[in-house]
Amino acid sequence: MSPTSADTLEKALEKNRYERVEKLLELGRELKRDKAGLIGVILITALVMMAVFAPMIAPHDPTDQDLTARLAPPVWYEKGTWNHMLGTDHLGRDVLSRTIHGARVSLWVGAAVVLLAGGFGVVMGLMAGYLGGRTDAFVMRWIDTQVAFPGLLLALIILAVIGPSLTTVVVVLALNGWMVYGRMTRSAVLSIRQSPYVEAAEVVGCRWPRVIFRHILPNLTSPLLTLAILEFARIVLAEAALSFLGLGIQPPATSWGLDVSMGKNYMFMAWWLVTIPGCAIAVTVLAINLVASWLRLISDPQEREKQFARHMAGAMRKKMQASIEKELKAP
Amino acid sequence: MNDNQNTPLLEVRNLVVNFYTRGGVVQASRGVSFQVGHGQTLGIVGESGSGKSVAVQAVMGLISNPGRIEGGDIFFMGQSLLDPAGRKFVRKVRGKDIAMIFQDPMTSLNPVFTIGTQITEVLRHHLGMNRDQARKRAMDLLGLVDINAPEKRLKQYPYEMSGGMRQRVMIAMALACEPRLIIADEPTTALDVTIQAQILELLADLQQRLAVSVILITHDLGVVAQLCHRVAVMYAGRIVEVGDADQVFASPVHPYTKGLIRATPRLDVVTERMVSIDGVPPDLISPPQGCAFSPRCDQAENACLRPQTLTPLGDDRHVSCWCAIKGDTR
Amino acid sequence: MGRFIYRRLIHGLIVIFGVTIIVFVVTRMVGDPVQVMLPLESTLEQRAAFEKKLGLDRPIYIQFGEFLGNIARLDFGESLWQKRPAMDIVFEKLPMTILLTAVGIGFACVAAIPLGIIAALRPGGMVDRVTVFGSLLGLSVPQFWLGLLFIVLFAVQFKILPTSGAATPAHIIMPALTMGLPTLARLVMLVRSSMIDELNQQYVKTSFAKGLPFVRVVGLHALRNAGLPVMTLVGWEVIRSLAGYSVVVETVFAWPGIGLTAIQAIERDDLILIQAIVFTAAVCVVAINIAMDFIYKLIDPRLKLT
Repeated sequence: MSPTSADTLEKALEKNRYERVEKLLELGRELKRDKAGLIGVILITALVMMAVFAPMIAPHDPTDQDLTARLAPPVWYEKGTWNHMLGTDHLGRDVLSRTIHGARVSLWVGAAVVLLAGGFGVVMGLMAGYLGGRTDAFVMRWIDTQVAFPGLLLALIILAVIGPSLTTVVVVLALNGWMVYGRMTRSAVLSIRQSPYVEAAEVVGCRWPRVIFRHILPNLTSPLLTLAILEFARIVLAEAALSFLGLGIQPPATSWGLDVSMGKNYMFMAWWLVTIPGCAIAVTVLAINLVASWLRLISDPQEREKQFARHMAGAMRKKMQASIEKELKAP
Repeated sequence: MNDNQNTPLLEVRNLVVNFYTRGGVVQASRGVSFQVGHGQTLGIVGESGSGKSVAVQAVMGLISNPGRIEGGDIFFMGQSLLDPAGRKFVRKVRGKDIAMIFQDPMTSLNPVFTIGTQITEVLRHHLGMNRDQARKRAMDLLGLVDINAPEKRLKQYPYEMSGGMRQRVMIAMALACEPRLIIADEPTTALDVTIQAQILELLADLQQRLAVSVILITHDLGVVAQLCHRVAVMYAGRIVEVGDADQVFASPVHPYTKGLIRATPRLDVVTERMVSIDGVPPDLISPPQGCAFSPRCDQAENACLRPQTLTPLGDDRHVSCWCAIKGDTR
Repeated sequence: MGRFIYRRLIHGLIVIFGVTIIVFVVTRMVGDPVQVMLPLESTLEQRAAFEKKLGLDRPIYIQFGEFLGNIARLDFGESLWQKRPAMDIVFEKLPMTILLTAVGIGFACVAAIPLGIIAALRPGGMVDRVTVFGSLLGLSVPQFWLGLLFIVLFAVQFKILPTSGAATPAHIIMPALTMGLPTLARLVMLVRSSMIDELNQQYVKTSFAKGLPFVRVVGLHALRNAGLPVMTLVGWEVIRSLAGYSVVVETVFAWPGIGLTAIQAIERDDLILIQAIVFTAAVCVVAINIAMDFIYKLIDPRLKLT
């Protein structure tokens, strides 16, 4: 390679890097405009931090029992202490520490299920959409059939028979949820395949791996990302519900759903046992949903356009009107 | 409301319409004025994006977010459509005295209602007909637009009909209340060539028989020459030339009109290649000062940068071009 | 049309058959049913007798054949827990779940359609933003927790509604609200977004140009077109509820429906009752799916049932 071409390559790479930074900055600016999305992103970052550094942040071990301090109220009550800021449960375990550790389970299950189900679903969808014919018919039949299953009941039974644990919860939820990704990937592949630019790529002789990876997958990332985030929210709720029913995470492990279920027996004398983990679930899911709706907004140019129109119409109207009138009045 | 022959049926004065987009404020209509007399056909021609559709949609009150009418006035039968009293008036005349035919018959009809429902609802709303009266009238209307077996057609859904047939239904719907003005916004653009001719013939025939005024929007000069009494040429959100159709075509004054006429392919003249106007239409977010056509005009001079208005030029002829006004029409 | 029904029925049978196989495999092969069902301290003779009673001493394929034969006769055997035919229990509990679903989702529909339309009329406006945020909030609150909050609030604090059970008509209010709220949130979002799409369609412009009143254009022309996706979601919600998602609400409020029974059967390792419940749920899902296809056809004449 001659020095000049190396140079241009270097420059091209630099430009590419620069463009990427530009894109990130643009995303940041976009985020600043959308307050709800910003709050969502901040909340999720905080939650992830909380989950990762849980042992360091939590004031107590979540399983440490202190039977002398059973059902202690939060600090703002007369009997509350700073030692147990958010009170303790019926075994004297620290609610704050349990809530912090609970984030681990929720986020871990969410991430694992989304990766498993998403990976499997996307592969099946790509195969069905790109290979077509019998593969397509088979995969679609499979999806149709599984979608028509009473999924949650089957999940409950499988969990009951195999024995609930973190792993089984993840596997069962993934088995139950991969169909959405499959369907979406397939329909996207079909519509993109028929689009002129993919046809053009095929006409000029691109081989199918290139077509899939260079032309089809990039178009899928944005809808898939939004779907994955929405599914993440759904999975967090599902894990909580399973644990609440006693068929998810088992003690001594901690999970928000589990804590609500244990706290419900003491609901009338210690409201915080139910309220705090419940709020934790709600806030987590809400944060994820906020980010998802923000992402959907910025990945849809039409929606963005409308948003902007509403924003600007009021501000610029008067200025424009004045200048046009001036021009019209001029001889 | 006065309704004598002296006031034009429709008058648009200095209409300003802006669209607020992320890219900036698109000035789709920058002071458009025109008139339509009783029983007259006005053709509005211009490239796509020149503001033709926006101008007539403003007449119908169909400009919606992100667009806004921000200046000028519209008078129908001497009554303003934009002042506070006009808003009530618009609701009364829209669909009854002014009817509109849209560009794409494929999407203009509601896919989940029968043709019959969609025609009769106009009659029942505006004329207060009952179900049977409306059905009879709808059948007559379908006959009027040359649709056979109207009884059967009334029960059909739009998807069961061809594009030409749907456009006929749209025309029947427009004629339902015997309007005084029909606005046809590129009524044939989405249709096959043979069907185009049929639809235009039908429109011309109906216009003569019913003595209705018509605004025909098109970018096909041939159509205008055939059907229209008057023609208005639009460019970049303004009317650049307006006048009697025959006169305008015989001796165009504005350089843009000349270019358009030259660019129209003719069957009787053998040409080596298609003639086109050099350059691209201006960006309506920041339109050029003065004459918007000047960047593409071979006669442009410094004077063209000054603000311009439509200037009378002989009887019923207006043009907005400094060179033309100076008499240098070559 | 006939061909369509035929094909849907075949697919429905495949679904039911698939569910049956899974239930069979899970209950017979993964765990030893005898181990699961009998107490740990039972003797070998007891186990053998129990195996014989269930026919577990015979080859697996014969067991499966017999299982299918029993299903065809809707006879799953006696519930181990309640000592009476499992199907009898199901038929007793199913109407309660259907009632709860109907009231809960009915409430969600009645509230969601006007809310969604109003939000769609001015996207980005105040009403719209409040509605969207409210829906997001509704989607984010765990159902079981919402139920507990309702109990604390309305049953304990204000003492205006009964806590649990199904003794009086007032008993259905809290479970139905709890069941309906997430559905309401999803429905509002969907009604809103499909109405926004429809209001931007050309035929809406035509309808306005025809001079039709605003209410007719929005409430009839646009709404009927937006109806298809909305119907799909409503169908899905009903299916979800009957396919087991009512478990959570029924557990919180001790509503004697099929979901609560399923959880109780699971807790008591009553595999026979579980089989009966899952089979019934599968049949319900298939039936609703087929019914939905006909409703689509009613809404949108373009759909050809093939």
